[in-house]
Amino acid sequence: MKISRRRFIVSTALVGGGVLIGYAATRPSRHRRANTELAQNGERYVTSFIKINPDNRVTIYVPHSEMGQGVHTSLSMMAADELDANWELVDIEQAPAIDLFANGDLVKGFAKEFGVPSFLEGLIGAAAFKVAEVMNLQITGGSSSVRYTGDVAMRTAGAAAREMLIACAAARWGVSATECTTALSHVQHNASGRSIAYGELAADAALLEPPEAPVLKTPDQWQIMGKAISRNDIPAKVDGTAPYGIDAHSEDMLYAAIQFAPVFGTKLVSVDGSAALARRGVKRVIELEDAVAVVADNYWRAKEALKLVNAVFETSEFDNVSSVDIFAGFDRSLAASDGDTDKEQGDAESAMATAADVIEGNYRVPFLAHAAMEPMNCTVHIQNGKADLWTSTQDALGIKGRVASIAGLPETAVNFHHSYLGGGFGRRLPFNWNVIDHATLIAMEFDVPVKTVLSREDDMQQDYYRPAVSSNFKAAFDGAGNVLAWHNRFTGPIQVPGASHIPYAIENQSIRVVDGPTHVPIAAWRSVDYSQQTFFTESFIDEIAHRAGKNPYQLRMELLQDHPRHRKVLEVAAAAAGYGNDLPEGRALGIAVQESFGSIVAEVVEVSLDANNRAVVHKVTCAIDCGRAINPDTVESQVESGIIFGLTAALYGEISIEKGRVAQNNFPDYEMVRMATSPEIEVHIVESGEALGGLGEPATPPIAAAVTNALYILTGQRVRELPIRKHDFARANSLAKV
Amino acid sequence: MASFKVNGVERTLDVEPEMPLLWALRDELGLTGTKFGCGIASCGACTVHVNGMAVRSCVTPVSTVEGQEITTIEGLAMVAAGANPSAPALTAVQQAWIDHQVPQCGYCQAGMIMAVSALLASNPNPTVAEVDSSITNVCRCGSYPRVRNAIRSLTA
Repeated sequence: MKISRRRFIVSTALVGGGVLIGYAATRPSRHRRANTELAQNGERYVTSFIKINPDNRVTIYVPHSEMGQGVHTSLSMMAADELDANWELVDIEQAPAIDLFANGDLVKGFAKEFGVPSFLEGLIGAAAFKVAEVMNLQITGGSSSVRYTGDVAMRTAGAAAREMLIACAAARWGVSATECTTALSHVQHNASGRSIAYGELAADAALLEPPEAPVLKTPDQWQIMGKAISRNDIPAKVDGTAPYGIDAHSEDMLYAAIQFAPVFGTKLVSVDGSAALARRGVKRVIELEDAVAVVADNYWRAKEALKLVNAVFETSEFDNVSSVDIFAGFDRSLAASDGDTDKEQGDAESAMATAADVIEGNYRVPFLAHAAMEPMNCTVHIQNGKADLWTSTQDALGIKGRVASIAGLPETAVNFHHSYLGGGFGRRLPFNWNVIDHATLIAMEFDVPVKTVLSREDDMQQDYYRPAVSSNFKAAFDGAGNVLAWHNRFTGPIQVPGASHIPYAIENQSIRVVDGPTHVPIAAWRSVDYSQQTFFTESFIDEIAHRAGKNPYQLRMELLQDHPRHRKVLEVAAAAAGYGNDLPEGRALGIAVQESFGSIVAEVVEVSLDANNRAVVHKVTCAIDCGRAINPDTVESQVESGIIFGLTAALYGEISIEKGRVAQNNFPDYEMVRMATSPEIEVHIVESGEALGGLGEPATPPIAAAVTNALYILTGQRVRELPIRKHDFARANSLAKV
Repeated sequence: MASFKVNGVERTLDVEPEMPLLWALRDELGLTGTKFGCGIASCGACTVHVNGMAVRSCVTPVSTVEGQEITTIEGLAMVAAGANPSAPALTAVQQAWIDHQVPQCGYCQAGMIMAVSALLASNPNPTVAEVDSSITNVCRCGSYPRVRNAIRSLTA
């Protein structure tokens, strides 16, 4: 990534003798504004990220949400390592939700990778990317924190601070800076044996101009990066003290339960709340445009009273729409239109016309809910022209702005209280704002804090869903079984460009997208388009392999001659899984590989059928090339997490639409992988040394196809529609070993 | 009125007898360590101990725990320590959760820790099948492999 490191390093003196050093992807005027706007209690801030105090403690401010991905620790490791800080003396803090901590590098990173992703549209001028328009961002998503914010901003700030501290020590000792070294938060002059703590230099360092181009460490110099360091957020998560948005609490707090219009897009017509109002603790029944809320002095009281509310919602043209209709509409669209170009290479149509053989495979996947463990919630306290806001969010700044706009307040009047997220997975990204909007409107009716909490049922039925997609494939072969053409038509919209593209060397490719509009709201869902597209493409390449009479691993390796990183992770995963070796009777292995968010992941899955002919996943062997591992333990946990998230979707996940509304209510009908169904997972990190790749998402895409590819070998049945539980494997007919 | 002991402290609440213990703990007592996940005893995020037994508090009316001893995640180590002033600040299960870096988002982990603590108290060496059948908590982040490793480290 070509981002100038030099213009934006800033420093400022702290009252009491410390220094604050930041890497600011913004204009210097903002730092001055920081000092005037934020100076309080003798402290001063600039645009992040590292504070060194006279007592030699270092505080690192991380401008990303912590939702279990370990980003507070990983980003701090990156800054601290470049600083040569003593990790024992490092404190980690969430950066405040103010635009001074906003994060332009995130956008630059995305812009390089994808163009502007759809979930940022509206915040960014999508056609004309301008830094000036993208500063108002503090988003955590797209598996981006470490590879963009960390690798650019945090490391640069750390390196700049280190050079400033060396310059101070050298001046004090009257020696050349080149004679000085650093270690464990001290500058050392080895020739004279002198050593001085950073904290003693901080006040002087604050007076220096930051270096224009600090030198970053090479990986062989890393002391903290690359080590499996314990996450700082875990202790509070085992003793019950970790705060989540839903845990906001005060004595005078009120609680709101909401009943939404069940059919998306319809409005409230009338309400009879008299029975609810008669219940103990109920304060108000509030009519909203598309919902009704009961506010009480305890959430359970609000929820129980809500059952007594008689709300009438308008009828809609979607009242009789079901998933069957939606997929039939997709089929009609695919039949009626050749759509828009996603990728064209060579001449697939001609190749198919002259081919010795053509195979077809039509795939589909359903809508999915995010179902984060912490149900959606938002607490707002509006009084005296100000608002306090507590909510678990992947976008603190955006949420502030949203609440301000709903409440008619200036953004500066909204004070956001950070918390951990009880899962995000895309649900807590910008524009998925129904709960935020409703909570704000409800809270405007009171001068005490009001906590709005969705029941699990509402959380599941009022989500913004992973889109349902249909995808039809054809492949053409010559007389020798060589694949000549790849032909793919799928329903959109495309949320992340390129997810349907394949790395395989197939000469003629035609990939086109047709509109697939529905009335169901959609959003990013862990790994976004890759969650559907990788199931499709990695299944169909398996179909091609079997048609060509080749081992699915071998065919992939043959068609990946130009992708050595793909080949490497396939090799590592296959070897570790014993691919090709004899398996116990009734077991089979499937394989899949996908690059997404800058990382390449291969997964080999071992399956069998249980006594009821249901799929059992025994083991997943995974190899990931994420460039380098900043925190190998976090890499492993994110891979485990991504696999289980994707496996839940593959085995069980389905949000279906009946009568225009979501049919599923709660976990029993939206089942999850649990301990008993959780496979053994083995993670192999392949350090290619290439640019850092993402971790939160890339392990999710390959798992569905890896499982269904294994089931094909085991049963002879090709699963072209998820979830797997809908398929009957009773007539299992094992294929010849491949 | 409902009276029970929470983390060793007598509590009397003026609440309806049918109010689930979860909402009495969270909204009336401000003990927010116990989490709301599903409301129907499916996910286990709300697991607490009633007289040492794992109970899903979202479907447990306060009337059914009258006079009982409730332990929540906030009090787990304190109750385990009892009168021992030199007891560690965390239980062995909690420490194993740190050692094995189990939590990710962490939202389900209070319930998970309470469930595993109750299991190991009654069955110090559970088989894999016993763990699978008794620990049915949902973890959306997929911490299950690490939960399994942590449990393994606590058994023989």
